[in-house]
Parts: sequence; structure tokens; C-alpha cells
Amino acid sequence: METKPTFYSTSVGKKVVMAASGFIVFGFVVVHILGNLQLFLGADALNQYAAFLQGLGPVKWTVRVLLALSVLVHMVSATQVTLQSWAARPEKYAVQRFQETTYAARTMRVGGPIIGLFVIYHLMHFTTGHCHPVKDGFVENSEGMLNVYNNVVFGFQDPLASVVYIVTMIFIGLHLYHGLWSMMQSVGLNHKKYNHWRKVFAVLFALFVAGAGISLPVAVLSGWVVPV
Amino acid sequence: MDFTLKVWRQKPGTQGKLVTYEAKGISSDASFLEMLDVVNERLIEKNEEPIAFDHDCREGICGMCGCVVNGYAHGHQGGTTLCQLHMREFSDGSVIYVEPWRAKAFPVIKDLVVNRSAFDAIITAGGYISIRSGSAPDGNAMPIAKETADAAMDVAECIGCGACVAACPNASAMLFTSAKITQLALLPQGQAERMTRAQRMVRAMEAAGFGACTNHGECEAACPKEISMDNIARLNREFIGSSIKK
Repeated sequence: METKPTFYSTSVGKKVVMAASGFIVFGFVVVHILGNLQLFLGADALNQYAAFLQGLGPVKWTVRVLLALSVLVHMVSATQVTLQSWAARPEKYAVQRFQETTYAARTMRVGGPIIGLFVIYHLMHFTTGHCHPVKDGFVENSEGMLNVYNNVVFGFQDPLASVVYIVTMIFIGLHLYHGLWSMMQSVGLNHKKYNHWRKVFAVLFALFVAGAGISLPVAVLSGWVVPV
Repeated sequence: MDFTLKVWRQKPGTQGKLVTYEAKGISSDASFLEMLDVVNERLIEKNEEPIAFDHDCREGICGMCGCVVNGYAHGHQGGTTLCQLHMREFSDGSVIYVEPWRAKAFPVIKDLVVNRSAFDAIITAGGYISIRSGSAPDGNAMPIAKETADAAMDVAECIGCGACVAACPNASAMLFTSAKITQLALLPQGQAERMTRAQRMVRAMEAAGFGACTNHGECEAACPKEISMDNIARLNREFIGSSIKK
């Protein structure tokens, strides 16, 4: 009797894993950006929310570990699938034209690494503070609590940092647009009656995440949101 | 009509290259393959090696022909094999690039002819049904809904030409494999091997060295039979389902 390959050894299996891990990260990104939008509600709202998250303790670390694993699994499966596809066409076409694929689909492999590097920068910017303009560490308020609101505003007042965020948000939007509907295709969620809703879902969430992400640095740079 | 052709020439075991040919005085009613026939006759008259290309029925139903023409598998006209593409669809005096299907799993045999045995390997792995031998079954003994029969027919149209692989940015054979899996999964005759079929055909596809689908949709745009990439989702569903159950 022939031996059966493991589920993951096939590209179909790898993409199911890529879809599942990507969906976990997507879920986090939506919650994260909703939380961040509290910048528009003022310093108290954002700082209290941040303190609430910091107070979660073990839950916070569980989520962090789960996210780190998801990102890792997403990157590994994507890299393996990409290498398989690159190997599948050793000789390139002299002329190759496309009819149906989108800019978003063709930039997944560029966007992925860009988003990965951005996450590292983002963590050093607002989580650890290594790349933050306030050199002596984060601004704290009178009770010794981190003043996340001011840290965000000072962080985005650097135009270069804001440009990095805005450009990456465009890539995140593109990555989400193709990833979100493609993910459903990869796990077999497909039905003639509902197929067009997959793209509607993908467009709405891509626009929301990218739009919300861009709105924060723009609000600071335009002087709408100021330090307190 | 006059054309300048840039044709991929490759002898077995050597590196290929694009060679320029002038194709002058071509009838606008000539098919692309008939145009190549004319060019070849002139090459033979000059004692040069004619351009090797695959062809058979020349009426769009056999799946033998196919080249990447100006970057499009089977040329720019949708739902058409190369033999059904006519030179009137090109502008007079234009430059036309003619290349073979390019994929590791489809090695070039000569010029524009590629070896598509990888497709045969996928079919052999599971593209069959168990049938009882003996007398033919009664025509109406097995009720099949019209919609189901139509859906199965839509994928049964696949002629195995390989344009999906050629057009795919990843050189993936998912549209071909999904068409075969779908056709048999939809019909009652295909149920006996349904679980092993998805496993075996996907494994054969992977073993042949095809790339991985990233849902670009170029396959369904190039497919001369306009087979939908919805079938790829069905392949994924069949594969996931059979992985869980088996």
C-alpha cells in the first residue's frame, strides 16, 4: 500500500495553514485598530484602555504568544509555497501579459516582508520605545502610568515615521484585500450564490483597516490631535 | 498580412532562444497554426529546420495545440484554442512573440512542443471511476439532476491543453486537477473513489513539480473552455474533507 503524504506536505495543505494563521492575525489587527481609534476619543479613553490591556497579565501574554506563533507559521508556509512556485517555472517568458490578476495579488510576496519589517519597527516604536523620538523612554503621567496618548502623538509628529506607517497601511490594505477572499478559496468556502460577498467582505475590511491606520498619523500631522 | 515573428527555437538538450522570422503575405483568414504552416513551408524550401509545434484536430476540441502568443496562452482571444485564433485578430505589420508553455513539469521537447505527461500522471492517479463490466446499464436507472449534469459537463469540457499552467504566474496545475476532481465528484459514478481520488490526484500534481495556486485567476482567463476557478475551491474542499475522513 502506498504511503499517504501528510496534509501539510502538499501546497493545498500549506495554504489552509496559511489561511488559518493569517485569519488569526487579521482578527487581531481589526481589534487592534479599533482600540487605536480611541485616540480620537481623547487621552483618558486611550490611556485607560491601554492600562486595561496591560492589566490583563497572563491573558496578554497568551495572546502575544499565539500571535507570534501565527505570524511565524504564516511566514513559513508562505515562504515554502512561494519557493515551490518559483521552482515550478525555471525559464521565464520573454513576454507575459495578465488578464485577471490584481495588483494586490501580485504584490503579496512583496507586501508580506514589508509588513513583517513594519511590525518589528512598530514594536520598537510604540511597545519597547527603542525607535521612539522621546529618547528618555516613554512619557508617564503623574500616577506613573504610561501616557500612551502622548506617546502616540509624539511618535507620529515625526513626519518620516508617519510616512512609514501610511505607506505600510497601503500594503496592509492590499495584502488584506487579496488575502481575505483568497483565504476563503483556499479552505474551500465557495458557493455561486455567495461568491461576490467574499470580495465585498475583503474590500470593506481592507479599506477599514488601511483607512483607520492612515487616519491616525494624518490626524497628528495635520494638528487635529495634539499632546495633552 | 505581414508579421514579424519572434519564435522560441530549442533543440533537445540545448538552451533555447527567440529567433526572428518574417511572415509576409499571410491570409487574414489563416488560423495561427496555418500561418505557422506557411512559415514552415518557406523554411523547408530554404533547407532550414521547420518550427516544431503541437497540433491535431485544428477545431478546438483535442487539446494538442497551444503556445503563449504575445504573453497570452492560446493568444489574446478569450475561450479559444490557438488553432481557432485567426490572423485577422492581429494588426498588420505587428510583432508576434511565440513561446512554448513554460513550466518545470512541462519540459520542452523541441521548439514549441512540450511534454505534458505530467497531466497523464495526474489522471492515472485518480481520474477514473470503477464501473461494472457487462451489459450497458439502463439509460434512466441512475437519476442525475439536470443542474448537476450541466455542472459536471462544464468541467468535463477540459481538453487538458495545459494553458492553465502556462498562464498561471505560479505554473500551478490546480485548474486542470480541480476540473477532473470536480467532474467525478459531482456524479454518482465518481463516488466510489471520491476520497482516495482527491488525495492521489493532488499528490501526483505535487510530485510533478507544479507550483502552488495563489488565486490570481489567470488560469480561468486563459482556459479555452472557460472553466471556472470556483472548481479550485472545490478541489480544496475535497482534499480537506478527504484528509479529515481518511
